[in-house]
Amino acid sequence: MTVLSGKEIAHQIEKKFPKSIIESSPQSLVVDREFLLPVATYLKTTPGLDFDYLTAITAVDFLDYFEVIYQLTSLRRNHSLVVKTRCYGRDNPSLPSVVKLWRGADFQEREIYDLFGITFEGHPNLKRIVLWEGFQGYPLRKDYL
Amino acid sequence: MVIKTEPFVVNFGPAHPSTHGVFRMRMTLDGEVIVDMEPVFGYLHRGIEKLAEERTYTGCIPLTDRLDYLASMSNNLAYVLAVEKLAGIPVPERAEYIRVIMAELQRIASHLIAVGAFLNDCGAFMTPIVYMIREREKILDLFEMACGQRLTYNYMRVGGVSQDVPEEFLPALGKFVKVMPGWIDEYDRLLKENEILLARAKGVGILPKELAINISASGPVLRASGVKWDIRRADPYSIYDRFEFDIPIGSVGDCYDRYRVRVEEMRQSVRILKQALKDLPEGKVRSDVPHLIRPPVGEAYAHIEAPRGELGFYLVADNSIAPYRFHVRAPTLINLTALREMMVGWKIADAIIIFGSIDICMAEVDR
Repeated sequence: MTVLSGKEIAHQIEKKFPKSIIESSPQSLVVDREFLLPVATYLKTTPGLDFDYLTAITAVDFLDYFEVIYQLTSLRRNHSLVVKTRCYGRDNPSLPSVVKLWRGADFQEREIYDLFGITFEGHPNLKRIVLWEGFQGYPLRKDYL
Repeated sequence: MVIKTEPFVVNFGPAHPSTHGVFRMRMTLDGEVIVDMEPVFGYLHRGIEKLAEERTYTGCIPLTDRLDYLASMSNNLAYVLAVEKLAGIPVPERAEYIRVIMAELQRIASHLIAVGAFLNDCGAFMTPIVYMIREREKILDLFEMACGQRLTYNYMRVGGVSQDVPEEFLPALGKFVKVMPGWIDEYDRLLKENEILLARAKGVGILPKELAINISASGPVLRASGVKWDIRRADPYSIYDRFEFDIPIGSVGDCYDRYRVRVEEMRQSVRILKQALKDLPEGKVRSDVPHLIRPPVGEAYAHIEAPRGELGFYLVADNSIAPYRFHVRAPTLINLTALREMMVGWKIADAIIIFGSIDICMAEVDR
């Protein structure tokens, strides 16, 4: 599997969507949350990239912000790319949902909502998944003790 | 006169012998046809991802045993690969071979339970699974020789394995790889053309190829739908690039294909075991690793082809002795996304077969 360089793909994306990339490195690229859906659609549908398979989504709490990591793979071309995005604020962080593009995101976004409290706008059935309804707090946040 | 009908909601589970753990399906029925289904889980949630944030890197290995307890070796392997990637730790040649041997034995053991339990769900109550438990017992004996445990092995270590295999292990493994193909033939004689199995599983619960990819299915579920995708081939980890094996795939993606893919994978695992046994080098089984591993700031994602699909560990390090974030990409959780699509339109009697053909382990789904 070839791991595509985040820097090169970031250049390619910037041509189409100026100011959409916050930073990029050979390992990954960070997309502005406003551009997440257009960039994801671009990555999925552009010939040559063809990211048809969303391997995994996960989130990390860095206290200043939450980082959500999308591991993308193309089964057709056998390459992969790590796309990240950030959302700020601890009271009501939110991101657009990618379920419409990759339905494999369904349970994983619900899990992030459940354990980190990040709302995914446009998710068809956003509710707690492993904890019960009415549970107080979001356990995987670093300030949850 | 027009007969008035109403949809009817049935709660299937959480405590039901066919749910392979504690799993609930809220099925809406029209007569006996399923019109909607919502999976409900979390009954086995232990917060492993949070627990791991307070343990050392080595101390997390026993936690991974408890994710998918039918394939603990694979869980161990995926986790130590992630830590090795994070900290850049080399692995001695002999340890790599032992890891492959353990992972493939685990795949056979896990598929035996998967196939046996699936037939149990089909109505072949207990007879096939007892045959398969007979063979699984031989594999558990091998594991017990190597690490003293029969279910939660805690055998892999960062930089190798915990101890070398004892001298009686290799002859016993040699005997096992000789007889196992004959046993697989025996199952095929009993089951492959069995009329009841064909009637109940063929054409049932079809998962089309495009949907399987879109829904991020992996492992035998993805391959049964006709996608030739195996991490061992697509992104070879450990030393899998040295072995010859085929990737069995299905044609339509029904329950029967998923069953066949698992049986064929067992044959391929025996093939890999034979090659690994032949080439196993001498040497040490663990590189010199400090007692407390302190990887530099960074992140790593390592994935393997576990018996149930793509198992990945995503670790974030902050230069301390414990992971800052420990995430498990659980294959069966994501395979469950496809369950609703596979079930709607089928009768309630087929629901159990379709569910059984995914081969889930609730401990891994809920974590």
